[in-house]
Amino acid sequence: MARVPILRQRGYLIATIQAAMSDREAEGLQSDLMEEVSRYRARGIIVDVTALDVLDSFAARTLRTTAHMTRLRGAHTVLVGIQPEVAFAMVQLGISMEHVSTALDLEEGLAFLDGHVGHLGG
Amino acid sequence: MTLVSAGHTGQVELPIASDTDIILARQEGRALAARAGVTATDLTLVATAISEIARNIVTHAGDGQIAMSIVEEPGRRGVMIVASDQGPGIVDVDQALEDGFSTGAGLGLGLPGARRIMDDFSVESQPGHGTKVIMRKWVGLVA
Repeated sequence: MARVPILRQRGYLIATIQAAMSDREAEGLQSDLMEEVSRYRARGIIVDVTALDVLDSFAARTLRTTAHMTRLRGAHTVLVGIQPEVAFAMVQLGISMEHVSTALDLEEGLAFLDGHVGHLGG
Repeated sequence: MTLVSAGHTGQVELPIASDTDIILARQEGRALAARAGVTATDLTLVATAISEIARNIVTHAGDGQIAMSIVEEPGRRGVMIVASDQGPGIVDVDQALEDGFSTGAGLGLGLPGARRIMDDFSVESQPGHGTKVIMRKWVGLVA
C-alpha cells in the first residue's frame, strides 16, 4: 500500500496527498499523523490536497476526524489546495469541514500556522 | 434514449469490491464523461457521485458492479452510470435518500448527495435481492 508522504518543516508536518488516495491510505495517513505529532511534538499540520480530483464524503470524514484527533494532541491542521471544482462538488454533496482550517495553498497554509500557532503560544 | 455505439470506448463495466475499485470507477467515469463532452466542473461532480455510490456497494453489499455508457437523446448527450449489487437491499428507499440517514459507518450523504449532484437519479431496491442505482449527467448539444 502506498503511503501519503509526510515532510517535517519548521516544526510543522506537511502531508501531500496524491491524486488517487484510497480509503486505506486515508486511514494510514490518520495513524501516521497521530504518531508523528507525538514523535516530533508538532504544533501544526498542513494537509495538501492540490492533487486530489475528488474529495468524497469518506475522504472528508477521515480528514476531519484526523484533524480533530491531532487537535486533541495539540496540533492545528490546515487543509490547503482544495480545487475550485472539488469545493463546488463538496458543497453540492453536503460535506462540511468544521474544526478544520483551510488556506488557498501551501504558502498561505504556512503563514496561517505561523500566525495561529504563534498566537496560541502567546 | 439510445446508447451510443462507440465501440469499446463508449461503454465500461467494472467489478466493485474494494477501495481501489472505487478509485478506478471514478477515474473511468470521469474519462467517459469527458468523451461525452461533460464540462470540467460537471466531471468532478460525476466522479464524486460515482465514488459515493461505489462506496455504498463496498460498504453495504460487499461487491457489485458499475456499468457506464455514453447516451444520447435528441438535443443532448450524457453519461449514464448503473450501479448494481446483490446485497441486502434497502428497506425504505425514501428514508435512504434523506440526508444523514445511514446504516453504515458513513455520513449518510452517499445517496442523497449523489442525487443532488447528478441530473437524473433513481434507486430500485428489493430487500434481500440487491440494489440498482441509475444516474445520468447531461450536456446540451447545439444544433
